[in-house]
Amino acid sequence: MKEPKDTRVVVGMSGGVDSSVAALMLKQQGYDVVGIFMKNWDDTDENGVCTATEDYEDVIRVCNQLDIPYYAVNFEKQYWDKVFTYFLEEYKKGRTPNPDVMCNKEIKFKAFLDHAMSLGADYLATGHYAQVRENDGVYEMLRGVDHNKDQTYFLNQLSQDVLEKVMFPLGHLEKKEVRRMAEENDLATAKKKDSTGICFIGERNFKDFLSEYLPAQPGNMETLDGEVKGKHDGLMYYTLGQRQGLGIGGAGDPWFVVGKNVEDNILYVGQGFHHDALYSDGLIASEAGWTKGEAPTEPFKATAKFRYRQQDSGVTVEPLEDGRLKVTFDEPERAITPGQAVVFYDGDVCLGGATIDTVLKEEEAVTYVG
Amino acid sequence: MESIYLDHAATTPVHPKVIEAMLPVTQEVYGNPSSVHQFGRKARRILDQARRTAAKSIGANEKEIVFTSGGTEADNLAIIGTAMANKEKGKHIITTNVEHHATLHAAEYLESTGFEVTYLPVDETGSVRVQDVKEALREDTILVSIMMVNNETGIMQPIEEVADLLKDHQAAFHSDIVQAYGLIEIDVQELAVDLLAVSGHKINGPKGVGFLYVREGTTLASLQHGGEQERKRRAGTENVPAVKGMEEAIMIILENRDAYREKYRSFKEQFLNTLTEESVNYTVNGSEDKCMESIVNISFPGTNVETMLTNFDLSGVAASSGSACTAGSVEPSHVLSAMYGKGDARTVNSIRFSFGLANTEENVKEAARKVSQIVHRLSE
Repeated sequence: MKEPKDTRVVVGMSGGVDSSVAALMLKQQGYDVVGIFMKNWDDTDENGVCTATEDYEDVIRVCNQLDIPYYAVNFEKQYWDKVFTYFLEEYKKGRTPNPDVMCNKEIKFKAFLDHAMSLGADYLATGHYAQVRENDGVYEMLRGVDHNKDQTYFLNQLSQDVLEKVMFPLGHLEKKEVRRMAEENDLATAKKKDSTGICFIGERNFKDFLSEYLPAQPGNMETLDGEVKGKHDGLMYYTLGQRQGLGIGGAGDPWFVVGKNVEDNILYVGQGFHHDALYSDGLIASEAGWTKGEAPTEPFKATAKFRYRQQDSGVTVEPLEDGRLKVTFDEPERAITPGQAVVFYDGDVCLGGATIDTVLKEEEAVTYVG
Repeated sequence: MESIYLDHAATTPVHPKVIEAMLPVTQEVYGNPSSVHQFGRKARRILDQARRTAAKSIGANEKEIVFTSGGTEADNLAIIGTAMANKEKGKHIITTNVEHHATLHAAEYLESTGFEVTYLPVDETGSVRVQDVKEALREDTILVSIMMVNNETGIMQPIEEVADLLKDHQAAFHSDIVQAYGLIEIDVQELAVDLLAVSGHKINGPKGVGFLYVREGTTLASLQHGGEQERKRRAGTENVPAVKGMEEAIMIILENRDAYREKYRSFKEQFLNTLTEESVNYTVNGSEDKCMESIVNISFPGTNVETMLTNFDLSGVAASSGSACTAGSVEPSHVLSAMYGKGDARTVNSIRFSFGLANTEENVKEAARKVSQIVHRLSE
């Protein structure tokens, strides 16, 4: 093991408080720290200000406070090809993709990691809330100690060759502790608001954003029995379990999206948060990745998350012969959404994850969820 | 690790004699040169002396020198000031698409206010064709602006020929001579230019100061409004210590011109020879016989600017891509795009190295060896 001062750590810096504190901590620990800002998206706001320029300015300010070199790297093309194209394709299919999982897999922990290594780095560090632990030469990824901020859901596709090269300095901290450290050290980003939503959309209206790239095809909103309840603006604007923006009035419980028929361009709606059509008892997932490297061959029990910031649920995972996974829930689950990730845990260890393809109810594929 | 500076085209170290000259002015001469008392006169004498030195350096007279905050302001004043003062005579301007952004963006600004700008191309060697200038000239052309030496490639433009071409035309001729000034002899008695922009910090002077040469009889609207400084062409109290520093820098570079040129020529040769000895795959961008001694722009096939510059810096070699950085990410060079076409690999794999007073034979060779190691490592 090299001394920290001889160990070069490239920190992916976004201009936010988390990556700023990650850099601060590594610097305090004596590493040879290099801050790098990654530009993945070309964007200019309504005042003609490029949001990336503003963020990079913050990176520069923090790096100067820490007295570490800073650089930027541009992955706009790779991001467009690997993440954004996938994002649009998924929406076209009526699914709800998770671009952050793809960005981590293809950009941050692939293209960017390669870039860091080409600069002679020993490690790549980010401000993610997750932990890496080595166990007899095997690297395990654990949830961040702050379970509310835990980001292993988005990191589920990281593999051994990546985990051995990454550091998550914030993994053992609570978010409020991170803020406190930023303030104590008077970092330029200490009071900066956390970013929300999908990075390339930012604070903009999601619907407006998507309509710039995909043609919206309005159609009917119907109950599963075929009763027309109104018009929808385009299937891509809705996700399963959604209540807002349906505009169906009348008596009784509120209305929810319960399914999509891409072929006939119908949005299925149902009454009540707990509408029966929203519940399922299993799923089929593909594109599985396993953090410890080896794919399981036998069925096993685990807990799982089907979307970010959800409580874990008990499941049984059964590897299928074609490489896909069949996941059976201990209890019925609400609004399982094709395109999202299903991520598996054994206690605090994130085992890996896969992309939800098919939703199952009593062993049958649910056909109305797209 | 000793860092090696090979980015003198971006800025230069301030010469110790310049600091020495500035110090007493900063300490003692605090009067406002426009004031009517002895404190003011003391400052004014320093300005006058510096103005004479600047004028003499290009064969001009003192009234033709306007001190500015630097090269960018000088270019802006020349271009926008000429356009504004002559808009009744015409609205057409000619420049090239390899100019510094101080020129290009000033021209774009003028376009947005109703002027028409022709951007001339360059050939693969980096030069503008005089014939193209001739063909672009119109009756209503009021300004031609072509740089003397390109800041990214070091390529010299045919300024004399263009000046001769314009002798019988109403258009004013402006040249950004920021990269040429000091090393290339310029005499406005011989060279038929109307406006020349110079920067102090490129010749080992202080930052924040420069001058514009304005030939007598050239009409110019001022861009900055206020007091009557600089014969009403540039309002604002003059930066006296910086002007003093620039004067010293001018004297030093004129005295050492030939020695510097010979030194930089030899640095360039040794730098390239070392790359060759280390079996680096490279090509030099632009015509070598039309290139300034102090600048070399090198393409390293199979590499990319961002990764290279970051690696250079981490190993202590400071160079640049010569092109603009937005959010820190490097845009393909507009100069190399103009020479080779957009999308040519050389626009994203080329690095500018520029030599100057921070260099020695030893550190130039050392830098070339470090560059070689990095190029080899990255192309593995």
